[in-house]
Amino acid sequence: MSGDGAVLHHDDAGADLVLEHVTKRFTTFTAVDDLSLAVPQGSFFALLGPSGCGKTTTLRMVAGLETPSSGSIFIDGKDVTDTKPYNRPVNTVFQSYALFPHLSVVENVAFGLRRKKVPGAREKALEFLELVELAHLAERRPAQLSGGQQQRVALARALVNNPSVLLLDEPLGALDLKLRRQMQVELKRIQLEVGLTFVHVTHDQEEAMTMADTVAVMNAGRIEQMGSPAELYELPRTAFVANFLGQSNLLAGEVVSTGDTLGVDVGGNRVHLPAVRAVSTSGNVLVGVRPEKLHILAPDAEPEPGWNVIDGAVLTDVSFTGVSTLFRAEVAGLGTLAVFEQNRTGGPLGAPGDRVRLAWDPAYTFGLDGDEDASSGAAELAEASRALA
Amino acid sequence: MSIAAALSTEAKHGPVGGSAQAPPARKARLGAYLLLAPGMVYLFVFFVLPIFALLATSLYERVPGTELGVYEPALRWQNYLASLSSYYPELLRSFGYALTATVAALLIGYPMAYVIAVRARGKPLLQGLLLVLVIAPFFTSFILRTIAWRQILADESWVVGSMKFLGILPPDGRLTATAFAVVCGLTYNFLPFMVLPIYANLERMDTRLVEAGGDLYANGPTTFLRVTLPLSMPGIVAGTLLTFIPASGDYVNSSLLGNNATTMVGQAIDRRFLVTLDYPTAASLSAILMISILALVLVYVRRSGTEELL
Repeated sequence: MSGDGAVLHHDDAGADLVLEHVTKRFTTFTAVDDLSLAVPQGSFFALLGPSGCGKTTTLRMVAGLETPSSGSIFIDGKDVTDTKPYNRPVNTVFQSYALFPHLSVVENVAFGLRRKKVPGAREKALEFLELVELAHLAERRPAQLSGGQQQRVALARALVNNPSVLLLDEPLGALDLKLRRQMQVELKRIQLEVGLTFVHVTHDQEEAMTMADTVAVMNAGRIEQMGSPAELYELPRTAFVANFLGQSNLLAGEVVSTGDTLGVDVGGNRVHLPAVRAVSTSGNVLVGVRPEKLHILAPDAEPEPGWNVIDGAVLTDVSFTGVSTLFRAEVAGLGTLAVFEQNRTGGPLGAPGDRVRLAWDPAYTFGLDGDEDASSGAAELAEASRALA
Repeated sequence: MSIAAALSTEAKHGPVGGSAQAPPARKARLGAYLLLAPGMVYLFVFFVLPIFALLATSLYERVPGTELGVYEPALRWQNYLASLSSYYPELLRSFGYALTATVAALLIGYPMAYVIAVRARGKPLLQGLLLVLVIAPFFTSFILRTIAWRQILADESWVVGSMKFLGILPPDGRLTATAFAVVCGLTYNFLPFMVLPIYANLERMDTRLVEAGGDLYANGPTTFLRVTLPLSMPGIVAGTLLTFIPASGDYVNSSLLGNNATTMVGQAIDRRFLVTLDYPTAASLSAILMISILALVLVYVRRSGTEELL
């Protein structure tokens, strides 16, 4: 394994955290299944997934609070798989904050420094309390602080130790919506200021997209897809990612012509799909397009040349929100499609019962494996949204 | 609002006139009074009055030229000096034994409570079984359990046999009727009072704090010293008080397991009251014991920083 480790270090130079074929089995189920990833140095990395997808178990294995059943974990190029948590250059912001109730705020922050016998622990702790704008509450007990303040103490307590990797376990989960938005901005600011590698676990796709440079979407113990938020959103590679990260219209079709651009028969409509944006280039596929990429046209209107068109759609629902309108359009044999139109022309473009054509630029089309469940991830998203509400 | 606070508010404002439409808050306060009444009456009749009777008795003086046991009310404070000068060895011995037994019970009881509350967490069946084992001795009478210790520590018992074999006890040594036996009995009899409060405290402890300790570079022993132990202080203080206070007044263990040189103050009070019918001395000794315990407890609680217990 040491040989592999050396090679790995070379390959992933600049990566603070590397997981190699990590599996965690509990007695009744496998929480993390053969997971490998490298987190680049200084990046804000998010592990995103519904509850039970294994993201927290992954984080706990990095922290040393769980031991992998197999596989290896490297921090700063060193194999820490069997290293005790207190010997790892890693600190965690716990979901429940886990502040020591018997210690003052400043002593909570100084706890790690005192264990490492760093001189001037108190001064350093105060400095980091300054960073999170809580220096004036240094002598209070954690119980006297609000949830948002406790959250920031937990952050300072972890940051002050200057860890190689800072782990955040759903750190904003207990805060209300307004405070959560505010803390998202603040966390990002602090991460840029201190330049540490942050690994952030969350089930909130918006939170992951707002803050992270790289997002790994996890499902059932595996990473479904990893990339920048824009990449994941524009080119999802699985139905789970397409549905969990924003909304998608996924239409079952069959490839009828190949080449740089695939021709796909979708319920009798011939649509185009760039081959590079398709997971599979033959047989049954799922043709995906995001709701905001779709346009509603009158049944006799001509689309832009080269655009994909779905005919025979009937509007079933129109929700006007001012800035935009969300339409639902029923297409015989294909199901319901969502369309999101910006309000550029004043007022909604249709009413329930209207017959319309749906058109979009093929460049925004993505193709998924036709054997996938088109609704995969939708239920998980609904659950995650409920948990946040 | 606590009942005490409710009562003090009531006292400050006084009765607001017996109007028929009393506000709900007032009704609630009246309810609190009614709930308190039985306990208050009971404690007044059977605790407060007897305490005053005891304090009064401690100042009585003997009627000259009468039989033993006839006293008249007086203010003879010299009774206290006499009691102290005759019985200070018993007092000191009581506190010494009680302290030793408390420390022993803490050393035995804390790990027990820790295992039941933390290690067995999430295994309710095991936890329940272990707790039943802690409480099981209460199913037998206190006296019987103490008498059993005479058998356990008897000269022909396997305890004494194996201690002699290991050389811990000299060949002619014995454990019955020794100070060691008294402390053993006290430790054993009050152990559940140590275990249960510490268990109740550790049971509520958030184990994620222990994980946080590990995450912040504290190894197992350091996390215990810096996190678990300070957080369990209220349990330790409650357990040590519940052990120390009854142990220092106990007279059963020293009567059944001790000898003439291990007399505790409880025995002295018992003998003065029931054998020599010397009520003023017995009463003054009781008062001295009560006041000393109260003083010790106050100092202890103040120093351990857990005033909120009082």
